Amino acid sequence: MKRNLVIRSLQSLLALLAISVIAFAMSHLTGSPVDAMLPDDAGPEEAARLTKLWGLDRPLYEQYFVFLGNALQGNFGDSIKWQGQTAFGLVLERLPATIQLGGFAIVVSTIIALPVGVLAAVYKDTPFDSAGKLVALLGQAMPNFWLGIVLIWIFAVHLNWLPTSGRGGFSHMVLPAIAMGWFQVAAFMRLTRSAMLEVLDSEYIKLARIKGVPERRVIWVHALKNAAIAPLTYFGVIAGSIFTGSVVIETVFAWPGTGLLAIDAIRGRDFPVIQAVVVTFAGVFIVANLIVDTLYAYLDPRIRYQ
Amino acid sequence: MRSPSERPALEVRDLETRIDTKLGLIKAVDGVSFSVDHGETLGIVGESGSGKSITALSILRLVPKPAAYIARGQVLLDGEDLLEKSETEMRKVRGKRISMVLQDPQTSLNPVFSIGFQVVEAIGMHADAPRKTLVRRAVEALRRVRVADPERRVDDFPHQMSGGMKQRVVGAIALGSFPSVLIADEPTTALDVTIQAQYLRLLKDIQQETGLSIIFITHDFGVVARMCDKVAVMYAGRVVEYGPVREIFNSPAHPYTKALLNSVPAVEEDVDRLYSIKGQPPAFWDMPEGCRFEPRCDVAMQRCKTEYPNKFARASTGSGAHYADCWALEEPEWIPSRS
Amino acid sequence: MTDSPSPADRVADDNTGRKPGFWRGLRRLPLIPMFVLVVLLIIPALSADWLAPHDPIRGSIPDRLKPPVFFGGTWEFALGTDRLGRDILSRIMHGAKVSLSISIAGILAGGVLGTALGLIAGYFRGLADAIIMRLVDITMALPSILLALVLAVTVGPSFQTIIVVVTFVLWALYARQVRGEVLSIRERDFVARARVAGASDLRIIVRHILPNAANTIIVLATLQVGSVILLEAGLSFLGVGIPRPTPAWGLMVADGRQLIVSAWWIAFFPGLAITLTVFALNLLGDWMRDRLDPRLKEV
Repeated sequence: MKRNLVIRSLQSLLALLAISVIAFAMSHLTGSPVDAMLPDDAGPEEAARLTKLWGLDRPLYEQYFVFLGNALQGNFGDSIKWQGQTAFGLVLERLPATIQLGGFAIVVSTIIALPVGVLAAVYKDTPFDSAGKLVALLGQAMPNFWLGIVLIWIFAVHLNWLPTSGRGGFSHMVLPAIAMGWFQVAAFMRLTRSAMLEVLDSEYIKLARIKGVPERRVIWVHALKNAAIAPLTYFGVIAGSIFTGSVVIETVFAWPGTGLLAIDAIRGRDFPVIQAVVVTFAGVFIVANLIVDTLYAYLDPRIRYQ
Repeated sequence: MRSPSERPALEVRDLETRIDTKLGLIKAVDGVSFSVDHGETLGIVGESGSGKSITALSILRLVPKPAAYIARGQVLLDGEDLLEKSETEMRKVRGKRISMVLQDPQTSLNPVFSIGFQVVEAIGMHADAPRKTLVRRAVEALRRVRVADPERRVDDFPHQMSGGMKQRVVGAIALGSFPSVLIADEPTTALDVTIQAQYLRLLKDIQQETGLSIIFITHDFGVVARMCDKVAVMYAGRVVEYGPVREIFNSPAHPYTKALLNSVPAVEEDVDRLYSIKGQPPAFWDMPEGCRFEPRCDVAMQRCKTEYPNKFARASTGSGAHYADCWALEEPEWIPSRS
Repeated sequence: MTDSPSPADRVADDNTGRKPGFWRGLRRLPLIPMFVLVVLLIIPALSADWLAPHDPIRGSIPDRLKPPVFFGGTWEFALGTDRLGRDILSRIMHGAKVSLSISIAGILAGGVLGTALGLIAGYFRGLADAIIMRLVDITMALPSILLALVLAVTVGPSFQTIIVVVTFVLWALYARQVRGEVLSIRERDFVARARVAGASDLRIIVRHILPNAANTIIVLATLQVGSVILLEAGLSFLGVGIPRPTPAWGLMVADGRQLIVSAWWIAFFPGLAITLTVFALNLLGDWMRDRLDPRLKEV
């Protein structure tokens, strides 16, 4: 178990390194950042001065290590678009909004998907199961940006029940969370259902019933703890896709989080900010996956004692 | 005939369990009757698919819902009909008064709970006692099934144990609340021969200590000879021969029983495959009108094709009823049985 | 349940007493999703140039923001027109071409690369296996869509960029599944026989292993078409996918977003087209999986 976690951590570190290489390469793929940042009327002396100043005349690998060293300290340089702010500072400032919305979406989708998936397995081939399947199929078919727009159109514009966009109270989170979470609900629910079906058919569930365990406890304790393992592995994927989903959803709902920041930075070709966002997202994603691995081991003693 | 004090521990009368399959309704258990006295062991013998396990699950009312259901009959536990009970009452029977050990120890224990949790839960279901007491009783239960060092083993998880040890834990779970009837559904098939012998010995010892009644489901006549007092031979959902173990072995009446006895394997391994009776058991959705064994029977007559045989009982026997469903028994020694 | 008869599986094919024939096979096809796909995706993609009633790129200013028929519009612009007076229906039909070609090209590229690497990893094991599987782990640990964004921005949005992005997102999944499949296939008798007979590694892989892994590959491909279409639509929506003015479904939704209050149809219908197409594709994919490779669970 400990060994396992160490291996996973090393792998994550490797992935993080890969990300940093990509983030570094990004600003060099489009030619020298100096060209992008200089005003058009600047002369060649000015360009040479900046090249020297930013160390762009040194060999690439040296530049990379400088970049890596700075990145490790949370230093990605100053933003180009938002004058006077550091790139990482901007990301940190926007991160709480993204975590708030993403966390809300994850919690709500889990609260919905888990019980529905379990019940769909228990009441297999009944109308409840079919309805669940339809909801899941829809969730996996609708593009989240379109769903967001349609939700705004119906619930904010026509019915005027909820605000159209922006960050505010609880009511501001409802529509973006639905748009973001429906797909996850679908995937999570189907995984839970199929895992439950397999578990419910097992001998140890039969034995639990033979012991006289009430059916409710058989389902929600004996079966679910086994069945939860499969969807849990998917949880890491969900955590990641919530982040990438935030890019789209925050754009649609003008939610002032890192996703919106990323898009704005990309449109403004603000490379320091893009780099900071990419590395931060990757970091959060990787940490989320490590947490999932740990939880996984907690749920499954076969892994804990390896 | 019997006085109430000699009432059997468990009696099954005319039990019929149906399963709704894609191919229509089948009678997986079709009018099965037998009884077990206190401290007695009944063997239910038959090939795979003869309805043995469904019979066992029917007794506990745990047939897979909603496809399967019990259509008629009685399951009398100390005279009380279990089929009349509510689901809540039934839960107090399961594990407490009737318990069951399943075939494969590798899959019978829940992999994500500790041994202790699973045994404690089984005992706690039927006893209102503080956790400490329950844990102590669980340790005792494990000791009774001869798990070495039970105080330490309670924290183990199933994957840390051998197959034989797991089956003992399953035994501890089943016997933890001192049931009066234990159904053992081929509990040793998945174990290797020495472990198997140990396990059977253990069951016998526990039976002698506690007066437990055992229903032993198997397809191995060797095990029957060692364990059982009575035998019910099942074929295609019906009990075709029923009687004391000695009589069944010495003078089997039904051609199917004879065939089974002739094919007892010399070496106890992969028993299922070694039966060498020609042909296949009939499919449940395509039952012969008459005797179900007729297509495979050497002594079949014209009548066997069209009429299911009556039950014939052995005229005078000392050690309990012995009867069989076969037209070939229409001779003086055998008389039509009323049951 | 070990003892219970499970006749259903064994004889499901002749429960009506008839032999399984062509018509019976046809009846079990998922006809509705196939119909939706043909009507929504394949026919428009192949014939938008002749069938589309209007030019998808050049609009007519007098006809701008016409509502759909039944909502005050006319049959001439059945699904209405956009801000530039372009016919939504025609643009959806041309958009099908984009969706179809990107999903085919992307899955082909990602599938070929992933399958090849999976075959190598599973067949040769050892160092190649270790390296490829680490790459798979790393790829799967990356928030791929964000990288897609970065790539689209640095290299510039284009058809090729999207293909690269799709390939990047897909290859690891193929590599992992195919490797797993190969690991079990290579232990089978016919592979050993071929090896004894002196067949080369390449021949064994191509002639013996690949055909046996084909079901997995086909099922994965079918299951992935829907998500590729969603990915492309998302990128186009964010303005980093297909460049304007090419009619792509995601781009059309983006165009209609600001006008959702006054002209809902601009964003609504292209999104509906995506939903229905992906819905049908997913149904088809599930059916294929059940049919060809039931072991492959939710991927």
